[in-house]
Amino acid sequence: MTSMKRRTFLKGSVAVGVIGTALGAGLLTPRTVMAAWPKNAFAARTVDAALDALTGSHALEGSDKISIRAPDIAENGAVVPVSVTTDIPNIESITILAEKNANPLTASFVLGKGALGFVSTRIKMGKTSSVIAVVKAGGKLYSTGKEVKVTIGGCGG
Amino acid sequence: MASIKIRAKLDGDTTTVKALISHPMETGQRKNKKTGKKIPAHFIQEVTCEHKGNVVMTALWGPAISKNPYLSFKFKGAAKGDTLKLSWVDNKGKSDSTETQVR
Repeated sequence: MTSMKRRTFLKGSVAVGVIGTALGAGLLTPRTVMAAWPKNAFAARTVDAALDALTGSHALEGSDKISIRAPDIAENGAVVPVSVTTDIPNIESITILAEKNANPLTASFVLGKGALGFVSTRIKMGKTSSVIAVVKAGGKLYSTGKEVKVTIGGCGG
Repeated sequence: MASIKIRAKLDGDTTTVKALISHPMETGQRKNKKTGKKIPAHFIQEVTCEHKGNVVMTALWGPAISKNPYLSFKFKGAAKGDTLKLSWVDNKGKSDSTETQVR
């Protein structure tokens, strides 16, 4: 689906030239689609691309103020409990990525006023990989990672 | 209505919300073993939680969230008896919501 669209889109932009480029710039600016579900970010195949599409940047700063709670070994990759706790002030969102999943972005929690730096959920992991938590606060991205060993993958079947 | 189980508990000034949603969370990559056909993707894309009309949390989810998703988060500013509303929307446009009281 996605690659088909991209193909037609590329053809279009070559043919239409300037208009196509302008349209492309519009499509590729993630901020304009922030209100809706960020399809490009979830379809991205690398951590950097997913973060670019989601937040407009992948300049991560390592932080020891974020802690990830996840099992060292997940027997079943279909259900991996992950909790992220942070005490970074002015937090805007917490994003959880599984580095080696086909689409690394699993979830992004946008925190409103009053919300504390804590989220917990369960994710699917295709194979052993690093789970990365990215915290957006004050316009900057902070991250930390944790290796989770998966013995039975949870993607595909 | 029956797809969401939610609990909100006040401890000091912090409310901990825990929710369980019944949903297949189909990735679109799995195949039906008998027919060999791919099972179409069917997953929750957005979960929002409102307290007194303010959105305290919006979760954007991909298909890599486990089946029958679990979600927990914390926030400040609620009092006992306050109403919390949790709702979700999936990629097929289906949705559900429920309300609970902070305990």
